[in-house]
Amino acid sequence: MRRTSFSRAVIAVARKDLRAEFRSRLLISAMGLFALLTTMIFYYTLESRPEARRAVLPAALWVTVTFAGTLGIGRSLAAEHDRGTLDGLMLSPVPRSALYFGKLAVAWLFTLIVALVVTLALSIVFNTNLLRLDWVLIAALGTLGFAAIGTLLGSMAVYARSRETTLPILVLPVALPIITAAVNAAHGVLDNQPFEEWIAYPLLLASVDVVFLALAYLLFDFVLEE
Amino acid sequence: MADSALIQVESLSKAFGLRVVLRGVSFKVGRGELIALLGANGSGKTTLLRILATLSQPSGGSVVIGGWQLPKESAAVRGQLGVVTHLPLLYDDLSAMENLRLYAELYNLPQELGTAALQARLSDSLARVGLAKRTNDRVRTFSRGMQQRLALARAVLHDPAILLLDEPYTGLDAHGSALLDSLIAEWQAQGRTIIAALHDLPRAAALCKRALILGGGKLAADLPMPDPESLIATFNALTPS
Repeated sequence: MRRTSFSRAVIAVARKDLRAEFRSRLLISAMGLFALLTTMIFYYTLESRPEARRAVLPAALWVTVTFAGTLGIGRSLAAEHDRGTLDGLMLSPVPRSALYFGKLAVAWLFTLIVALVVTLALSIVFNTNLLRLDWVLIAALGTLGFAAIGTLLGSMAVYARSRETTLPILVLPVALPIITAAVNAAHGVLDNQPFEEWIAYPLLLASVDVVFLALAYLLFDFVLEE
Repeated sequence: MADSALIQVESLSKAFGLRVVLRGVSFKVGRGELIALLGANGSGKTTLLRILATLSQPSGGSVVIGGWQLPKESAAVRGQLGVVTHLPLLYDDLSAMENLRLYAELYNLPQELGTAALQARLSDSLARVGLAKRTNDRVRTFSRGMQQRLALARAVLHDPAILLLDEPYTGLDAHGSALLDSLIAEWQAQGRTIIAALHDLPRAAALCKRALILGGGKLAADLPMPDPESLIATFNALTPS
């Protein structure tokens, strides 16, 4: 038997997740609702401090995306574990890292969608245009790194008894460089700083993304071992 | 058993932390054998099958399947295995056909068979387990027994040489159980090697030619299948509750 190519396995897993989510809408609705509620809380708590709003916007976005992303990734992997389908995927003769990249692709897509929805919501409620190409690029880089580490650590956390609390405890400290770099880069964009003053942050994000993806590629086989 | 055994397990042990589940289990399985794996709840049957299925790593000892050493060469073994567990390993929000197609893709069947032959195999598989009329229905709408029948179709979709069945009768009604009896006979006639963890001793005695009985994490007996009464007596003597 010839083995399925890496890319075909990644596409098969990602397509399966997208198709299932398109029908159930469980993840995206939970993540989206959570993100919009958090945005509204930020809005009402800052209503009396208009001078602080602008300074808080990037952090508001990334705190919201981080928690919504953790919720979505945790749920997705927990469902695979509870239904035994993770075993079904692991039984197949494909590299386990291909399973990781398939799950990662969808986790990244959903987290990026949430980031863009929150950006739109923040733009509306704070009357500031945030939907700019550089802002979206930062969101793409930041959510990629977050989804990369979230999917890796989430695959470990599903085996824990208290996985709902284990995942954030594992992910948030490791994701701190991503959140910090993304917030700083977003400040640069929001304050219309010269490009060269904040370009270091997207470069840092891209570097962290590469490191996390490489780590996951190397470690995912061991993460799934029982 | 000759040294050309398809599955060779030597001094296998498995512990989860301080809890030892398997200790020093050794046996060999020849090509085409149909073996009942018996034991009380918690005796280590599922753990043993998970190790053979490459889902779990042994703590000690050695496992060789088809000449490949586990867990080092797990990837090579996986394509030869078909596994049924007490969970159906299916996606609720995909249809029966979509579930099979996903697994077909992961086993490289579209490239091996081509589109038309693959479609025929998927349709035949569903028809063989009595689900031809539910092809495009979501698994969420299936009864537990129908999900288990679909799981049987999934397990043999890629024509595996070895079948590992963990409580395969879970959720099946009388018709489903009779279907599985006939499938097991069919698979054995095709030369597949089958290890089935079973609780139903009379059924095990009727189906299988050999019994492995686990007790207290050890292989308590490896014997040619006796008649049902003798099997029950032996089982009760070796696995006190």
